[in-house]
Amino acid sequence: MEQQVATEKVKRGLAQMLKGGVIMDVVTPEHAKIAEDAGAVAVMALERVPADIRADGGVARMSDPELIIKIMETVSIPVMAKVRIGHFVEAQILESLGVDYIDESEVLTPADEEHHINKHDFKIPFVCGCRNLGEALRRIGEGAAMIRTKGEAGTGDVVEAVRHARTVMGEIRRLQNMPEEELMSFAKEIGAPYNLVKETRELGRLPVVNFAAGGIATPADAGLMMQLGVDGVFVGSGIFKSGDPAKRAKAIVKATTHYNDPAILAEVSRNLGEPMVGRQVTDIPESELIASRGW
Amino acid sequence: MNIGVLALQGDFHEHTKVLQSIGVSSRLVKLPRDLTGLDGLIIPGGESTTIGKLAEDYDLIEPLRQFGQLHAIWGTCAGAIFLSKDVKRDQPLLRLMDIEVQRNAFGRQVDSFEIDLQAPFLEYGESQPYHAVFIRAPMIKSVYGKAEILLKLPDGAIVAAKQGRLLATSFHPELTEDDRFHRYFVELTQS
Repeated sequence: MEQQVATEKVKRGLAQMLKGGVIMDVVTPEHAKIAEDAGAVAVMALERVPADIRADGGVARMSDPELIIKIMETVSIPVMAKVRIGHFVEAQILESLGVDYIDESEVLTPADEEHHINKHDFKIPFVCGCRNLGEALRRIGEGAAMIRTKGEAGTGDVVEAVRHARTVMGEIRRLQNMPEEELMSFAKEIGAPYNLVKETRELGRLPVVNFAAGGIATPADAGLMMQLGVDGVFVGSGIFKSGDPAKRAKAIVKATTHYNDPAILAEVSRNLGEPMVGRQVTDIPESELIASRGW
Repeated sequence: MNIGVLALQGDFHEHTKVLQSIGVSSRLVKLPRDLTGLDGLIIPGGESTTIGKLAEDYDLIEPLRQFGQLHAIWGTCAGAIFLSKDVKRDQPLLRLMDIEVQRNAFGRQVDSFEIDLQAPFLEYGESQPYHAVFIRAPMIKSVYGKAEILLKLPDGAIVAAKQGRLLATSFHPELTEDDRFHRYFVELTQS
């Protein structure tokens, strides 16, 4: 048999290699090096972290390829980059750069208010956000090889990530307790492809790796999401918007590994300096919420 | 028979699932005390820099080296890197196997691939090819000392090596349904 590339197996497989790890947002090659040295399993290369995107307002787009290339040249770990929802040309550009994963992300301003990218068209695997099981399975149906909760990016408030993780897990538990004949109606109700609903029920989990994202700012937040059953965590603004990024990055990496050992969590949480300035999600007007982007 | 799976980061659950399916009990290893009483150890796929740093921070390097003097260890992908003597980069290594490994030797994710290999040392290996999955995979650049070559790609790249009861594979048997490599390792553990 000849060598096969860009198969579903290798696309989903890279996400499996990231399990139990922390993916960090970085805006410069120097940040990327700090992240790699702290033990990040991958970096997300972008021009502004979500907290700044939120503060600056305006249209948020794919980052300058020059920045992404420089970050790819700096670190040996996988490099991810974001495209706007539905913006398949930004995705073609990132594919030509050879990034390792593309995040079709609600953190950027959506380019299409009805359709996501047909991710099966690409050799590079995609990660997408979700708030519930239906959204997760629609994205997987479109070709996403990895899922993350949306949370509420750039807030430092973990409440939405918790809500989204609990919602997905709760719906999977409900699905597993359902008699077979109810599956089709359930698929219709949540707007998900029937075959993926069936597969999820058989596996007792999403068919792809599922990380937490959106509002994780402390080692305890990472531990909380891991104990809730996610496979790993993304930390966006939480690291480089804090007082001592290198120290906090290392602490969150350790917390993600030793998530069920409170003594280690206590040890790594000591003297971390100032966390990022948080913004309570309930104080944010609905029009400024990011997680509701995506369909 | 109890096999440990190093669980600092990576696809360790994929390994424990295969072990369970062939009736072998396993234990996750995160701290030195978790090594007590194990008959062998698997170091999974993941990011070798992350695994190495966490091993260093939690004082696992020496205990793992000592474990490898007495017992079987198998490293898949990142695990193979971690077992090697040299990767031409500054990162923590166990330096147990006489192999030099090049990280990301086949390119970036877009170059990740699957291929059938002839592996006659496996059960039914003479007649059934072994389907191997390579993800941002390392290549074994050279094998010296007591290490021996186990598998090569058609173009000659070394992708598996063995040294006594130490085993290194560039690819991920834990990502396929074929459990022959895990059975091979369990036999090695008992040899």
